[in-house]
Amino acid sequence: MSTTNPVILSSSKDDVVLTPELLAKYEPVIGIECHVELKTVSKMFCGCPNAFGGEPNTKVCPVCLALPGALPVPNAAAIEHMIRAGLAFGATIPPHSKFDRKNYFYPDMPKNYQISQYDMPLTVGGVVRYWLDDGRRGECRLTRIHLEEDTGKSTHVGSTDGRLAASTSSLVDFNRAGVPLMECVSEPDIRSADEAVAYLETLARTFRELGVSDVKMEEGSLRCDANVSIRLRGATEYGTKAEIKNMNSFRSVRRAIESEIARQIQVVESGGRVIQETRGWDEAAGTTHSQRSKEQAHDYRYFPDPDLVPIDVSADDVARVRATLVETPYERYVRYVDTYGIDTKRATQLVDDHVLAAWFDAAVAASNNALATVAFVLGDLARLANESGTHVAQGKVTPAALAELVGLTQSNAINSKGAKQVLETLWTDGGSAQAIVEREGLAQVSDRGAVEAIVDEVLAANPKVVDDYRAGKTNVLGFLTGAVMKASRGKANPALAQDLLKEKLSSA
Amino acid sequence: MDPIHDSARALARAVNARDASAAEIAEALIPHAARADAQLAAYLELTPELMRAQARRVDERVAAGESLPLAGVPLAIKDNMCVLGTRTTAGSKILENFVAPYTATAVQRLLDAGALPVGKTNLDEFAMGSSGENSAYALTKNPYDLDRVPGGSSAGSAAAVGGFAATVSLGSDTGGSIREPAAFCNVVGFKPTYGRVSRYGLIAFASSLDQIGPFARSVEDAALVYDVMAGKDPLDATSVDRAVEPTAGHLREDLRGVKVGIVKEFDLAKLDPAVRACYEAAYADLERLGAELVEVTLPTADYGVATYYLIAPAECSSNLARFDGVRYGLRVDGPDVGAMYERTRAAGFGPEVKRRILIGTYALSSGYYDAYYLKAQKARTRFAEDFARAFERCDVIASPAASTTAFKFNAKSDPLAMYLMDYYTIPVSLAGLPSLSVPCGAAVPDDGTRPMPLGLQLATPLFTERALLGYAHAYERATQHAQKLTPPETANA
Amino acid sequence: MPADRIDIRHVARLARLALTDDEIATFGPQLGSLMTHVDALAQLDTENVPATAQVIPSRNVQRGDALRPATMLTREAALQNAPQAQAGYFRVPRIIAEEG
Repeated sequence: MSTTNPVILSSSKDDVVLTPELLAKYEPVIGIECHVELKTVSKMFCGCPNAFGGEPNTKVCPVCLALPGALPVPNAAAIEHMIRAGLAFGATIPPHSKFDRKNYFYPDMPKNYQISQYDMPLTVGGVVRYWLDDGRRGECRLTRIHLEEDTGKSTHVGSTDGRLAASTSSLVDFNRAGVPLMECVSEPDIRSADEAVAYLETLARTFRELGVSDVKMEEGSLRCDANVSIRLRGATEYGTKAEIKNMNSFRSVRRAIESEIARQIQVVESGGRVIQETRGWDEAAGTTHSQRSKEQAHDYRYFPDPDLVPIDVSADDVARVRATLVETPYERYVRYVDTYGIDTKRATQLVDDHVLAAWFDAAVAASNNALATVAFVLGDLARLANESGTHVAQGKVTPAALAELVGLTQSNAINSKGAKQVLETLWTDGGSAQAIVEREGLAQVSDRGAVEAIVDEVLAANPKVVDDYRAGKTNVLGFLTGAVMKASRGKANPALAQDLLKEKLSSA
Repeated sequence: MDPIHDSARALARAVNARDASAAEIAEALIPHAARADAQLAAYLELTPELMRAQARRVDERVAAGESLPLAGVPLAIKDNMCVLGTRTTAGSKILENFVAPYTATAVQRLLDAGALPVGKTNLDEFAMGSSGENSAYALTKNPYDLDRVPGGSSAGSAAAVGGFAATVSLGSDTGGSIREPAAFCNVVGFKPTYGRVSRYGLIAFASSLDQIGPFARSVEDAALVYDVMAGKDPLDATSVDRAVEPTAGHLREDLRGVKVGIVKEFDLAKLDPAVRACYEAAYADLERLGAELVEVTLPTADYGVATYYLIAPAECSSNLARFDGVRYGLRVDGPDVGAMYERTRAAGFGPEVKRRILIGTYALSSGYYDAYYLKAQKARTRFAEDFARAFERCDVIASPAASTTAFKFNAKSDPLAMYLMDYYTIPVSLAGLPSLSVPCGAAVPDDGTRPMPLGLQLATPLFTERALLGYAHAYERATQHAQKLTPPETANA
Repeated sequence: MPADRIDIRHVARLARLALTDDEIATFGPQLGSLMTHVDALAQLDTENVPATAQVIPSRNVQRGDALRPATMLTREAALQNAPQAQAGYFRVPRIIAEEG
């Protein structure tokens, strides 16, 4: 999990055991480039659906198949998504932008050039602030976010393991060709695999919150490459970096980066030098391997796409999008932890479900008690939703009703058992907590006289237990309290019952 | 009604008035075009079935009370434009069996307006050439001398209209591919402002320069076709969203008070004496018709070919990358996909296309981009500025459309000499201006005995098509040069 | 500038064009002479001149995010021109190395 665990590369002859001391000697420097599919109805440059799956080559038209004579027309919603994403991270939206062609041949790229953005991206700069599981916080500067189009998908056939190298031919499906992608390029500000994952998680949360992407990892809608180098701690120069590709989950990002850091340390410790290259992550082997040497460096021949006209973004456009921005997941997390005092784990749990978080915020606004509210929302309410296979926000419990319930428990109007019962009724029938308490007679009995009468009854009915207590077996108090609760059909204020029991047992 | 020789305007009028049917025009044209084409090789494919089916639809619509601007007008279509269900080759082996599954916007608009598709015309492969000789399939002949080229790249479209094998046709012009063959074939060839006519469905050569335009035997007919196809197309981001003034029926008839710019750098002394005499007479005619000739300067003129032969090949090298044997067209198999690409493209592209792909790839490649491609783009700005300055002093610029009359086949084997054929048309293309070639007389070439046609190029500021067509119309009406020459071999066909 | 200054083999590889030795021998001088003509452009003053990618003044030509079923192709139409198709896919010879 963390880089402080020793990692042993068993594949090499010159095994270097990566002790914590060795890992502490070097500082990893990591930059991330990730591609995120934008959530739109139609593709980037044509009116075909941007939807996952389907029979091969059924979501295609002359444009995304690159038939002779077909022309691209950009999707306005994708451009607006970019501006929204950039603004959420405090990026600058330059007034002028354009599309360029990146030229290279690949069978799943129909035009044999990709429409992308080279020197005038839609967003420049910005900072991604993130937090780690242990509550530490960090930040990573963004270099830019630019807009481009996805390729189709090739399946390699003729080999038994589906891998490229042994295949005899490939089958190409262009359903994904032309789906809008944003490429987020970070500065090399990341210092560990955990930070890299935290950075990516925050990107994903933010894009979901903004509605610019669903970020479905299993559908490949977030793919990333990492530039990894190491240097002696305290050094100011960067080391030679390797670009790690083919990581398709957060788990593989963490493993791949850790493995690459270990490999580079081992190379350096055994007197070698890290070379600049692209390395592929092999999930099964748990290692990266060299993919392309430098001499095969590409010449993409970028130039402005002459089929498209420049993009101007006015200050008004930016202001209009900015006005629609809401609190980012990071800001929400900070509010939960710093202002509400919610622990990191539960705060993260809420932030990760932005619909639930919004529901929670509405409930807190009414209850004015975040900690009591979060206990319900992530406790019994989450359990009820889970059991019935729906989402809290889709159930019959309104934020106002929960706030009312929180109020009833806080004022001791009902006890926790009653609260649980009220919540279950709310979940099934909806309505108001107060009304349920009244209808079902669940109001907690905190009247001293009434509880005292029950206590007296219980003590009278259990003389042996009373003797035991007085003989020093004070743990029977729980039994007696339970008996009082039972006799009151659960409505007695348990704290009051216990106080009265102690009082009477010690006084007589 | 004469379906072969009548103007588009007259045919449409007759069909709309139900004095003639589209079906009878089609039935007259189908055998006639086939006979004429046996000599001209203007068409790569005749489409009689499409033409008949379209004629039936037109007659039905007219019978239902519709009036169609191009009702029953026989139209030839350059084979770099997609027409649903037709083989669309762009004159290249690499698209030998490609059947278009959609129709270009410009073509669709003409069909919707009642035009009858006679066939798909020959062209220099991917519209790269100035003689028509770069087609992978056929050698189109000049209707005025079958031993000579029709000009290019819209070779078949110019020859078909010049040789009366169609009434009007569509060409595409990147650096002169409509204007030069129009001059060679004694027809009007009109390139609208870049962005006026949708390029959707036009197989791209150089996207920032390509523009579809009509060939016709009169300015009025060219205007008629232009009016129907001009205007914003949501499928082409470079098509301009700007009102199109109707031109046909709104053309001025005189040149009184018009300031005609004569470009100082376009020195007629460089031309063959007979050609020079023809252009001097044309300028004199303009003056005689009431225009005032003013000298304007285009300091960049001599850099046109250099600028163009960086920008157009650069764009072409990228545009033609899609011809890779994966989704359509020719495939020459290989042990792996890379070998398949290289073999397919080696077998599918002709030498001129290969040359331009190589030039363009080089101009964009790492280390050369700034010196070549970027420099050319900056030069392009200078062309636009020079023209803007010139138009402060004049309304229209007149010049030769081509520096010679049509030459004999295989006369120009050096690519650079061929490229320099477009010396007059290229600067106008770089600036995106509307421009046309209108017949302006003839000259007997040194190596011939028969007078060959010449064209006067007129160009006006961006989006001033109506004015441009008006000046040409007035000139044409007063001089009637097109009518003074008839194609010898096909006149009686 | 020498006529053979262009590394035609390298450029041809970028462009995915297999050239014969004859073609290289022919194209070399032809491209060399064109590039010599093009070199004259260096004399044109473009100091402080912006580059023109498009002559028209259009900006922000975009479309609304909507499906356009009319332009979509059926799978049959999409594959009708395919040199090789299999099970609804375009089939290509094996891909040896990553190009991207």
